[in-house]
Amino acid sequence: MEQVKLEVRNLTKNYPGTVALSDFSAVMEGGNVYALLGKNGSGKSTLVKCISGAVLPTSGELFLNDRRLELKSPMDAFAAGIAIVYQELSLVLDFSVAENILLGRYFKKGPGNSVIDWQRTNEKAAEILASLRIDIPVTAKVANLSVGQRQMIEIAKAMSYEPSVLILDEPTSALAQQEVESLFQVIHRSREQGVIVIFITHKLNEIQGVADFVTVIRDSRFVGTIPIAQATPKTLVDMMFGETQVLSRPAGLGVAEDVVLEVRGLTRAPRFQDVSFSLHKGEILGIAGMLGSGRSELLRSIFGADPLDAGEIRVQGQVIRHPEIPVMKQLGLAMTPENRKEEGLIQMLSIKDNLCYASLDVLGHWGLLSSRRQEPVVQRWIRELHIKIASSEHPVSSLSGGNQQKIVVGNWLNTEPSIIFFDEPSRGIDVQAKQQIFQIMWDLSRRGLSVIFVSTELEELLEVCHRVLIMNHGRIRQETSPDQTTLDELYALCMEA
Amino acid sequence: MSAQSATTQKKAGMLVSTFALELILLAIIGFLCLFARGFATWDNFLNILRNASTTGIIAFAMTFVIIAGEIDLGVGSAIAFNGCLLAVITEKLTARGHGALAVILLGIAVCFALAALTGMFTGWVRHRFSVPTFITTLAWMAAFRGGGYLLTNSFPVTPFPEWFQFFGSGYVLGIPFQAVVFLLLFGVAWFISRFTTFGRAVYAIGGNAESARLSGINVLRMRMIIMALTSIFSVISAIVVASQIQAGNPTVGASWEFTVISACVIGGVSLMGGRGRIWGTFVGVMFLEIILNGMTLLNIDEYWQYVARAVLILGAVLIYQSQEMRQRD
Repeated sequence: MEQVKLEVRNLTKNYPGTVALSDFSAVMEGGNVYALLGKNGSGKSTLVKCISGAVLPTSGELFLNDRRLELKSPMDAFAAGIAIVYQELSLVLDFSVAENILLGRYFKKGPGNSVIDWQRTNEKAAEILASLRIDIPVTAKVANLSVGQRQMIEIAKAMSYEPSVLILDEPTSALAQQEVESLFQVIHRSREQGVIVIFITHKLNEIQGVADFVTVIRDSRFVGTIPIAQATPKTLVDMMFGETQVLSRPAGLGVAEDVVLEVRGLTRAPRFQDVSFSLHKGEILGIAGMLGSGRSELLRSIFGADPLDAGEIRVQGQVIRHPEIPVMKQLGLAMTPENRKEEGLIQMLSIKDNLCYASLDVLGHWGLLSSRRQEPVVQRWIRELHIKIASSEHPVSSLSGGNQQKIVVGNWLNTEPSIIFFDEPSRGIDVQAKQQIFQIMWDLSRRGLSVIFVSTELEELLEVCHRVLIMNHGRIRQETSPDQTTLDELYALCMEA
Repeated sequence: MSAQSATTQKKAGMLVSTFALELILLAIIGFLCLFARGFATWDNFLNILRNASTTGIIAFAMTFVIIAGEIDLGVGSAIAFNGCLLAVITEKLTARGHGALAVILLGIAVCFALAALTGMFTGWVRHRFSVPTFITTLAWMAAFRGGGYLLTNSFPVTPFPEWFQFFGSGYVLGIPFQAVVFLLLFGVAWFISRFTTFGRAVYAIGGNAESARLSGINVLRMRMIIMALTSIFSVISAIVVASQIQAGNPTVGASWEFTVISACVIGGVSLMGGRGRIWGTFVGVMFLEIILNGMTLLNIDEYWQYVARAVLILGAVLIYQSQEMRQRD
């Protein structure tokens, strides 16, 4: 069998105002797994979208087996033998495994080939699964499978089209450890069939078990491809982050002695166990941890958004065992949720409404809400948080990610909180907006508010926080000071099994 | 100059599309004034208001329910049931020699209490067990209709004293009493939707219930109150209807829920939740009633009203959808 070769030459993608991918060149060969590594916003997804035909590059060329590809749509890429499995799975949950794998390609029989031949369809699906050694019955309903098993079915479906290139977009992000292992087995089987597997991830610790080469992208540029043997965590962090310039927290942001929030033995199995810590007045406390480490779940349970199995929360001295959001809000807690679009905002409503709906009790007077009371606070946050808008009557969905995040923050600041949880506030927003969000946290700290800041981007925590807790598999493992920790050390601590 | 006129034109275009429904209604009113004899009279105007009120009253409550992302299919049956309940209570207790006034007041109180409870139950089941209100209120629709027949043995019950006619046929300062109630409730509902924290919370829940919950809005309590609204407003409407016919009759109000929902939809209330205005519903209610009234005056077969309603519903929704798509561009 001829070896498959994919070549990317000088691929560039410009969006108005930004360069998402800049002069990217790389060569990949069949029978290998390439881990594509880069932090959020580095251009990973733009590169993949160009290769899979979802986005037209501004300039540059693609060659598959020395044949130049003209990809105008995902269908073109698919026809050329480039298959992609996205994070959001595309399976029909109520259909069987076989139906999903062969969706639209069932075997037919009977007059005019009008009846589905289930026996042959199931046999074919079973054959495909066997070739990847996936041990799942073809008649099982996909709804009854675990997320990891569904991922395998997705891969089997993609492989059934016999592609030359198989792209996997963060396939492990929602998986438990043992599921990751089995998924890697399936990826190795695919590799044995001569396919180029591109495995997108931002988890350094996974790469050793699955990849043959690591390709790193940083600030929309190709940094290099190295064989897995040379890919030590230190090397990879250096490649991903380059000369990390960590902006530091402004001097003079003191922390008072008073404890405003204290938690003891918080448990919500299996998400987090026996978590204890305290938060001081004016402190910015970071919680570092990878996806699935339990950090967001911990914040949500303290805030009363999710249940809590055991433990005790003390807010300003008051003991709470069963937190509920309205009560915690009353006590001065606020939370900007992880999924801004789905949980933090009401997309169809106006900017004004979105700045006020957490604070209706405060703004209202005997249940009445006059624009005389509403308008000044709306204008205040638009000004103080530097929210760029034409009119506060416009729908919030018309704003950029950064401005939307500031609206979420403003909505909560209206409730006059003393403690704010920021859950991944910098996800999907540009560098400038990120700096503004950090500036907001520092300003809050200066005014004596306390902040808990959760982020996957560990360098942000080092930049912003007074103190960082490291969470790993649902437990707090360690506490460090940003002044005494380097990024490599923090990464290593977060990934320890 | 040309740029300026272009923006003026654009603004005018936006104004026309924003008030499309109002403009069409005005055009129809103009047409009827010219061609329908007896349309442009004070008596006919009062007549339209009177006829619009029974469904219109409920439509204001339904607007909140639909904005919150829910629905209430039980309102038509609730009119029959509450009328029958009130009639039966009145009949049984007056037969024992109690005074009619006290008995009717008691009956009304019982109806309101029961309505609040059933509505809150619907909201609770919706929240606690995720049972769509479409299903629960479909069940209420059957239960109320059946309850009405069972209470009355399927014959109209006529125990009401003469003064009870006031609610359905009386006048206040020359205006039908029920029209006064209708206009009053329009004002109240409009105020609630615009100027209260409750009103804004309804929009928040309908727009994104999870965001509303995470912002500390008590979604369960809100849903219970919202679903109680249509139940309670149905009782008001039921009293008016029972007074008009001076009886508790289990057959009244059939398919009125669709008239109510139609008025909301024509008025731009989105069944997806989060969007809608009380003013729009008011226009929707008047639209349906004026068309019906005009057709009667023009001697058009009354069954054409259903065709007209179909055109209205579909036409209005098409206008709203095209507006929304243009906004997105």
